[in-house]
Amino acid sequence: MSEHTMGAPSRISLRRRLKLYEIDGVTLLVIPAVLFVLALFVYPFAYGFVLSFEPKTGGMFANYIKFFSDPFLYETIANTFWLAIPATLINVLISIPIALRVRRMDRRRLLTTILVIPITLGTVLIAEGLLIYLGPQGWFNRTLVLFGFEKVRLVHNYTGVMLSLILSGFPFAFLLTLSYITGIDPSLEQAASTLGARARARFRHILLPLLAQGLAINLCLSFVQTFSVFPSAVLLGAPAGATRVISIAAYQAAYEQYDTSMASAIAMIMGFCQLSVVILILASRNFFYRGAAGGGKG
Amino acid sequence: MAFATGKLKNPFAPQTPGERLWAFAMWALMIFFIVNFVAMVAAVVVNSFGTRWLNAWLPAGFTTRWYVSAWNEFQLHDVLIVTFEVVGAVVVLSGLLGVPAAYALARRNFPGKQFVILLFLLPMLIPPITFGIPLATVLYQAHFGGNLTGVILANLVPTVPFVVLVMIPFIEQIDPKIESAARVFGASTFRLFIHVLVPLLAPGILAALLLVLVRTIAMFELTFFTAGPGSQTLVVALYYAVYAAGVRAGQSIDAMAVIYMLTTLVWLLIALRFVDPTQIVTRAKREAAQH
Repeated sequence: MSEHTMGAPSRISLRRRLKLYEIDGVTLLVIPAVLFVLALFVYPFAYGFVLSFEPKTGGMFANYIKFFSDPFLYETIANTFWLAIPATLINVLISIPIALRVRRMDRRRLLTTILVIPITLGTVLIAEGLLIYLGPQGWFNRTLVLFGFEKVRLVHNYTGVMLSLILSGFPFAFLLTLSYITGIDPSLEQAASTLGARARARFRHILLPLLAQGLAINLCLSFVQTFSVFPSAVLLGAPAGATRVISIAAYQAAYEQYDTSMASAIAMIMGFCQLSVVILILASRNFFYRGAAGGGKG
Repeated sequence: MAFATGKLKNPFAPQTPGERLWAFAMWALMIFFIVNFVAMVAAVVVNSFGTRWLNAWLPAGFTTRWYVSAWNEFQLHDVLIVTFEVVGAVVVLSGLLGVPAAYALARRNFPGKQFVILLFLLPMLIPPITFGIPLATVLYQAHFGGNLTGVILANLVPTVPFVVLVMIPFIEQIDPKIESAARVFGASTFRLFIHVLVPLLAPGILAALLLVLVRTIAMFELTFFTAGPGSQTLVVALYYAVYAAGVRAGQSIDAMAVIYMLTTLVWLLIALRFVDPTQIVTRAKREAAQH
C-alpha cells in the first residue's frame, strides 16, 4: 500500500489519501470521546501539575518543600504505604491458593456474585458496617467473648482500616486472579499430573510462571486502589494519627485550607508514589517471567 | 457449595493428608470471609430495624420508624432525586460518547490508535482520589463546581472510557458484512447506527450501561469532591451522616445505609443477568495486558 501512496500523483484527493490511513467518517466518531477525556482528564492533570508549582507564597517548589519538611504532612506517605503494602500483599497472595481451590467448583457463579457485592457497595458502606459489626458491642467481639477470648479493639485504629481494605480489596484481587487462572489451559496441568507432578510441583513449575504476568497487574491495580484509601481511613481509622493517609492531607489542603495549589502538589506526590510502585512491580515481573510459557494463556 | 474436586479419579483431588488439610484451610478461609461480610451487612440491617440495642445479641424490639426519621432527617427524597438525575445523565451521556468511539476503534486501524486506547485506559487505572482534586479545581474554575453539572461531568471521566473499552469486543464480534450491506443500500453512518448497530449491540450496550449505573451510584470520591449542598448523591450523604455520627441516631444512619444498599444491589442484580461478575473487574486488566 505504501508504494501506491508514494508514487501517486498529488492530485489524489485528501479524502482518498486519508482513507489509506483508515481515516474517514467512521474514524471521526472517536473524536467526541477523545476530546472529553482530554478536557476533563488530561487537562486537569496538567493544570494540577502546573498549579502545584504556583504556591500561594514562596518560590516554585514551596509546596513540595513544605510537604517534605512538615512531619505532619510527609509522614502521611509512610502511613499510606504502611497500610497499602500489607493490604495488597495479603489480598493478592491469599487470592492465589483460594482461586486455585475454587476454580473447579460447580457453582462458581454464585461465589463470584457474592464477592462482587462488597466491591459494588463501596468503602463508605463497608466502613459503616464494620463500625457496628466490629465495635465493642458488635457481633464479632461478642463471639470472641462467647468462646472465652478477650475483647479486641478493632475500630478507630489501624486494624479497622486494614480490615476494611481487605474486605473491599480481597474480592477484587480474587476475581482478577480467578479470571487469570481459569484462562490457563487445563491440559497443561493435566499433562504434568499424568507425569506424576503433585500439586505443589504443578503450581511451582506450571501455574506460577504462567500467572506471573497476571499477578503483576493484579498487584499494581490492588496497590493503586489501597494507596488511595480515603473514606474508611476517615470513618474507621484514626484520621489524626496512625491512619492519616496522604489522601486525607490532600483533602484537608483543598477543602479545609482552600489551598488548591498545595492540594494539587499533594495529589501529584500521591500519583508519583503510585506510579513508582507500579513501575517497580512491572520491572521486577521480568525476573519471574521467562516468556516461553506464554503460549498456554487463553 | 459443591466440590467438583470430590469426584472419583480426579487427578487434581487432594491426596496426601497435607494437601487435604491445605484444601480444607482454603475453603475455611473463604467461608470465614463470606460469613463475616454477610454478618456485617446483617448487623446494619438489624440495627436499622432495632429499637434499643445495648449489650445484647439482638435489639430489644423491632420497629420501622428509623426509616421515616432517616427519610426526613437526611432529606432522602431530594438526595434520591439528585442521585437518579446524576446517574441517568451519566448513563445516557457515557453511552452517547462511548459507543461511537468504541465503534471507530473496533472498525478502523488508524495511526495513533494505540495512543487513543491508552488515553481511555488511564482514567480507569488511575484512582479517582488522585485525579479528583485537580479535576474538581478545574470544574470549580469553570463554575461547574458544587452543582449538578459538575457532579455529572466528574462522574463521566471514568465511565466514558469504561463504555469504550467494554464495547470494543462486542462490536468486533459483529460481522462487518452486515454494515457493508447497509452501506450498499445507501445508509449514512447515523442511520447505520440507528437501524443496524444499536439493535445488534443492544445486549452489550445494556450490560455496559448497567455497570456504569451501578458504578455511578457507588462512586464516592468524584462526587464528594465536586458536590455542593444541593448536589449530593446517596453515597456522599451516607458518608456525611457516618462522619457526623452522634448527631443523629445510629439507627437512622443505618436505615439510610440499607436504602443505599437496596438501590445499589437491585441494579447490580439486574446487571448480573447480562454479565459474568468476573467481567466487572477483568475488563480493565485484559485491555491493560494487551497494551
